[in-house]
Amino acid sequence: MANKSLPIFTDPLNQNNPITKQVLGVCSALAVTVKLDTAVVMTLALVFVLVLSNMIISALRNYIPSKIRIIVMLTVIASLVILADQVLKAFLFDISKQLSVFVGLIITNCIVMGRAEAFAMQNDVKSSALDGLGNGLGYGIILILVSTFREILGSGSFFGLKVVPQFMYDLGYVNNGLMLLAPGAFIVLGLIIWVQRTIIGYRED
Amino acid sequence: MHSNAYTYRFVIIVTGLAAFLLALASTGLKDRQDFNRLLDTKKNVLKSVGEYESVMTPQAVEEAYTQFISEKFLDDTGKITDTDVGLSLFEYRKDGKVEGYILPVSGKGLWSTIKGFFAVGTDRNTVLGITFYEHGETPGLGGEIEKDWFTSQFAGKKIFTSKNDLVSITIAKGKSTIVDEYHVDGVSGATLTTKGVNDFLLRDLKKYEKFLTRSVQG
Repeated sequence: MANKSLPIFTDPLNQNNPITKQVLGVCSALAVTVKLDTAVVMTLALVFVLVLSNMIISALRNYIPSKIRIIVMLTVIASLVILADQVLKAFLFDISKQLSVFVGLIITNCIVMGRAEAFAMQNDVKSSALDGLGNGLGYGIILILVSTFREILGSGSFFGLKVVPQFMYDLGYVNNGLMLLAPGAFIVLGLIIWVQRTIIGYRED
Repeated sequence: MHSNAYTYRFVIIVTGLAAFLLALASTGLKDRQDFNRLLDTKKNVLKSVGEYESVMTPQAVEEAYTQFISEKFLDDTGKITDTDVGLSLFEYRKDGKVEGYILPVSGKGLWSTIKGFFAVGTDRNTVLGITFYEHGETPGLGGEIEKDWFTSQFAGKKIFTSKNDLVSITIAKGKSTIVDEYHVDGVSGATLTTKGVNDFLLRDLKKYEKFLTRSVQG
């Protein structure tokens, strides 16, 4: 059993990564990766939503009338997203302010809907939970990678701590403003996808 | 294949459950959220007069707020009162002495409504500071208005000309070519955001003009 369920979790981390392989969820990956702390919180929010939505949909899969399954999925996902947003507003106010609309936009994140339709509707609760966790973390790894580059190059810091020493600035070093903007994220993400696809040897037909 | 009746029943149960859960979460967390929102406002009131440091705990913010800030109102003639009769403002006191006043300002930027606090000294002319605490402007462009490099330019500027005209502070397009007491550098690439700020800053200061001119006339 363990041998069969492990790939469900590990596949989306690398081989079948939702961002680099399937190119899903890119909108938020670009938006919340200016700083690491927002990327980490976004990852946690997405993992929470994805695991629970997968589990709930999977538990209901034999009861959901197929005519309205998409709407039911949306109801479940939207409720979870609002819940996550409310919790963030209550306990991590400053970060939720920075994430602004992007937590709410998890509703439209293709990864969540995609996993519900493609996996949770056909599989049992335990596998669906693993699938959600794997995909959520696979998304998170890329987010954290992108934001590491963007924060160090764009703000000269790592988790808000200065890493570029002052004498570099004195010598004329300037933070790269492009990294703070969406095009910087596109470039970094593009490079990461290139490297990752080269490593796993994936080629689009 | 499920029957229509089943479909309806299923939908009603699912949506009912979801609505119930969300209502529960929303009521349960409301107090904490309101507390956070209020704390954030207080933080920014303090920030506008330079009494806030980023390492402050919530308790420290509360303490500093009660120590330095008192909430006041203006009557029709622009006099400060304690009763809620109209425009609100904050009095900034240090060691029992009034050091300045903080006026709430807000208006449209490019994408969003921007909210901020504008602090003037006791001469009701010299700017102590400004903060923007709520906005949805483009990060890195319009969003720069909340950054220290931008807001710190305002301290020491004036809002009245020598002829007692209320001119407010004007944010230039990019680097300001006019170096005087009424202009600050803008954010290149964020012309519409700064134009919005210029407009609502002047408009909101005009709302307080009666109050602001009281002391200028002596």
